[in-house]
Amino acid sequence: MTNSFEYAPAPESRSVVKIEKDYDLFIGGKFVSASSMKRLATINPATEEILSKVALADSKDVDRAVRAARAALNKSWARTKPKERAKYLYRIARILQERAREFAVLESLDNGKPIRESRDVDIPLAAAHFFYHAGWADKLEFAGFGNRPHPYGVVGQIIPWNFPLLMLSWKIAPALATGNTVVLKPAETTPLTALLFAEVCQQAGLPDGVVNIITGDGTTGAALINHKDIDKVAFTGSTEVGKLIARSIAERGIPATLELGGKGANVVFDDAPIDEAVEGIVNGIFFNQGHVCCAGSRLLLQENIADEFLIRLKDRMAKIRVGDPLDKNTDLGAINSSTQLAKIREISDTGSKEGATLWSAPCSLPSKGFWYPPTIFTGVTQAHRIAREEIFGPVLSILTFRTPQEAMEKANNTPYGLSAGIWTEKGSKILWAAQQLKAGVIWANTFNKFDPASPFGGYKESGWGREGGRHGLAAYLKTGGANS
Amino acid sequence: MQGLIDGSERSLLTFLENLPGVDKVGADSRAAMLGTRSIKTSSKAMAIDLAISMIDLTTLEGADTPGKVRSLAAKAVRPDPTDSSVPSVGAICVYNDMVEIARKYLDEFGGSHIPVAAVSTAFPSGRASMAVKVQDTKDAIAAGASEIDMVIDRGAFLSGRLIEVFEEIREIKEVCSDSAHLKVILETGELATYDNVRRASYLAMLAGADFIKTSTGKVSPAATPSVVLVMLEAVRDFYRLTGKRIGVKPAGGIRTTKDAIKQLVLVNETAGSDWLNPKLFRIGASALLNDLLLQRMKLQTGHYSSSNYVTVD
Amino acid sequence: MRLDVKKTYKLFIGGAFPRSESGRSYEIKNKRGAFIANPAQASRKDLRDAVLAAKNAHPGWSNATAFNRGQILYRIAEMLEGRTSQFVDEIVATTGVTSSVAKQEVSAAIDLWVWYAGWCDKITSVSGNNNPIAGPYYNFTIPESLGVIGIIAEEKESLLGLVRSLAPVIAGGNTSLLIASQSRPLAAITLAEVLATSDLPAGVVNILTGIKTELAPWLASHMEIDGLDLSGIDNIAELRKSGAENLKRIHSFEKHVSPERILSFMEFKTIWHPVGI
Repeated sequence: MTNSFEYAPAPESRSVVKIEKDYDLFIGGKFVSASSMKRLATINPATEEILSKVALADSKDVDRAVRAARAALNKSWARTKPKERAKYLYRIARILQERAREFAVLESLDNGKPIRESRDVDIPLAAAHFFYHAGWADKLEFAGFGNRPHPYGVVGQIIPWNFPLLMLSWKIAPALATGNTVVLKPAETTPLTALLFAEVCQQAGLPDGVVNIITGDGTTGAALINHKDIDKVAFTGSTEVGKLIARSIAERGIPATLELGGKGANVVFDDAPIDEAVEGIVNGIFFNQGHVCCAGSRLLLQENIADEFLIRLKDRMAKIRVGDPLDKNTDLGAINSSTQLAKIREISDTGSKEGATLWSAPCSLPSKGFWYPPTIFTGVTQAHRIAREEIFGPVLSILTFRTPQEAMEKANNTPYGLSAGIWTEKGSKILWAAQQLKAGVIWANTFNKFDPASPFGGYKESGWGREGGRHGLAAYLKTGGANS
Repeated sequence: MQGLIDGSERSLLTFLENLPGVDKVGADSRAAMLGTRSIKTSSKAMAIDLAISMIDLTTLEGADTPGKVRSLAAKAVRPDPTDSSVPSVGAICVYNDMVEIARKYLDEFGGSHIPVAAVSTAFPSGRASMAVKVQDTKDAIAAGASEIDMVIDRGAFLSGRLIEVFEEIREIKEVCSDSAHLKVILETGELATYDNVRRASYLAMLAGADFIKTSTGKVSPAATPSVVLVMLEAVRDFYRLTGKRIGVKPAGGIRTTKDAIKQLVLVNETAGSDWLNPKLFRIGASALLNDLLLQRMKLQTGHYSSSNYVTVD
Repeated sequence: MRLDVKKTYKLFIGGAFPRSESGRSYEIKNKRGAFIANPAQASRKDLRDAVLAAKNAHPGWSNATAFNRGQILYRIAEMLEGRTSQFVDEIVATTGVTSSVAKQEVSAAIDLWVWYAGWCDKITSVSGNNNPIAGPYYNFTIPESLGVIGIIAEEKESLLGLVRSLAPVIAGGNTSLLIASQSRPLAAITLAEVLATSDLPAGVVNILTGIKTELAPWLASHMEIDGLDLSGIDNIAELRKSGAENLKRIHSFEKHVSPERILSFMEFKTIWHPVGI
């Protein structure tokens, strides 16, 4: 009686994007050679093929970039009327929309995430971020920062590999809208969409040096942070590196926004809309392979519905399609690097050792590339490493609670404070829990939702400051007015 | 009732009220995501033929005539006269007084394996006495209908008289007994909320429905992906509770191959592949068949076809 | 010698370009008294039709996401930019100013349109907020669009004046009917052509040309209109009295440019919800 419905391969074509054999640094509006001959290979984590080789910027290159940003600030950007700044950003937004498919395919190739996600989430949000911030450029006197707020100047920005183009837009759009110029270092394993973005800046006619993109590794990042002529730092990455940066800039006293790690608690109460809650849990930890700082990586399940919920969760997880990121039907793509895969395995292994029970959805994993199946651990307590440490992979740690108060205690029992989820149909309980939770982003009956108008950022060791929305402008503006 | 309720109003209301709620935004989002599945090449070919075999080819017009039903029967048996590899449809669906004609022509054209479904119980409004509704059903079965598509009393449902809705279904099911399978039309467009769709789905299943059906096709919105999702979740969960598989029939608004394939994906990833056959999933449609045939031709020949190459029924 | 194909200037109602149902038109001359065109002279029935179109378009427009409205308004600016020379020609023809003065007006109008486009998804962030209630309640205030707004556009600066009034009204989610400058209506109709090709849903903006003093009283008394921008007409006391019948929100602005113009045609809603388990 059963007709099994297999989905034939539905690959998105690679031909829409042209990847160069190698790339130089984008400084002062042009691609220029780095001072050293060293290059970094960037690979496709689904196949391990080398996609391209990018330059490795050293402190000399960083210096060139900062000087170009400073020159651009003084000579052109500071003199550009706000409404004209806006128009550059609108152009960038529109070009990203025009070239959306190209960027989506490139992002999936370089990062390993499914094309459906890069096509439907990453790229549209990145374009929207530029569009939204374009509109702020000439309205800053209404944003609540005094009637004449001003930019910091030259901003050094470092972004992670999990949402390369999106993180770039979260950094560059508000910085430019508020009148700053930038030097941005993309992540070592995902430089390609940032380099393609440099082309967009050229197509938009952005004045030379307003945006500078320097590829490299950790040494490049350190050189950028420590450069004496940057006025501000913006970093998204691990809490560990965030703390390093906070220490590095302490002497100089320049400000920083830090978007760091998380161990988000997704709390499911017994009066949750169950089917949507299952979806929300799955989305919370398996979206983007769990490479999400605000992932719902802990499930706090009300004990009286735990057994039933777990049956449904496993049933749903068995439907997750793991495989070729360029296949339009893929739900879970490749782990971004062998390093990250090793980290995931290491922490997961402690889960079983410490007494939790592992279950992975049955799926066949390709032989080449870096893969990890969607996995849950049950019988987890707050003492387990898998409940405390950020795994940054498709691994969910499941704990139970008896009362709402207990749920809040457990949810808050972490040095992180980036996100939390609340699942219940009772409105007053949502608002009560939202008040209790020490997290910068709280999703009720949904998860992993982002919008340029919605401020994002964490409490405690999840970082400093907010990105997006009116609040996010504070990262790039000094309050000013008639009396400043 | 499978031991879930005891037949009393109290027991029915308690059961239905204790069902978890449906978050609309979440449900819409899941349905929309499943709508992005890309079904190509061999899976598309399989899906097209499967969809054809699931169609309840329908004519429900005041102006229906024996001639119209005759052409429909011919089309049902042999959707593409130039290609015998095209499967026949799942059923034909007509008004009560056309059942005899439909059965006669189906048998004449070699379609004795194709059931005749009759809409019944004062379709589409359901506004008539129980006696009339029972007679409506008896007439249809006597004329040769082996499937009955009944409507629920939405007025009773929305005003909280759920036990009345329940009893009506039970009574019609008794009339059907072993002669006909019963589809219960919820008219989801009038129920207004997904919570109501969930409750109505369970109510119908508890009362003995063999199939739950979205709509009469006379009211919009009809078989939206979200509504079908909620109904598929209901049959999936009902099976877990009782071991009994109930069928689902979306009807209304499914006009293109793309729409039909989206429905099949919903089934596949919600209730599961056990439901992917005409015994448990039907699609109420008329214009859809030609679009499926055109898409089928395109897969075979590699180019887009035209309406000149499919029959007007 | 090639004759050019001259444009017929009709009304813009519900996304279509009908003539006035009254069949009337009036003459536009240039500064030197030479004939330019016979734009339609709108009647009371045309105004009624326009109000109906605006009313029907309101749920869709106000329920679209603010981001979507912003995108559509920006697209309109892209189309306006493309028609710069057409606007310039029309302004020069009707007012006699030089091309470069006309170009300045057109550029200013486009830039102002872009400015308001960028407000769509920000106006709530600067005017709505959570309110700290002395009790276990979550309380927040949000602005919502009023509904159908009647606009009498500025007489002199036919494009810029129109943008000053129209852009903030629709940025806030309202739909509108606009009575164009009487002596210089051409820019308004060309704007209508832009709107018709810009993804703006039909009925969100409706434009009538005609005799201002004839149309204004009907605008002020129509009970389906929720607000009025009377910047383009003097002596509005009688119009205010008439509008008081359904307490229309009535404003008249000097050449202000500010988010207040958006908020003037919005209502604030405050919502309470208890907090507790």
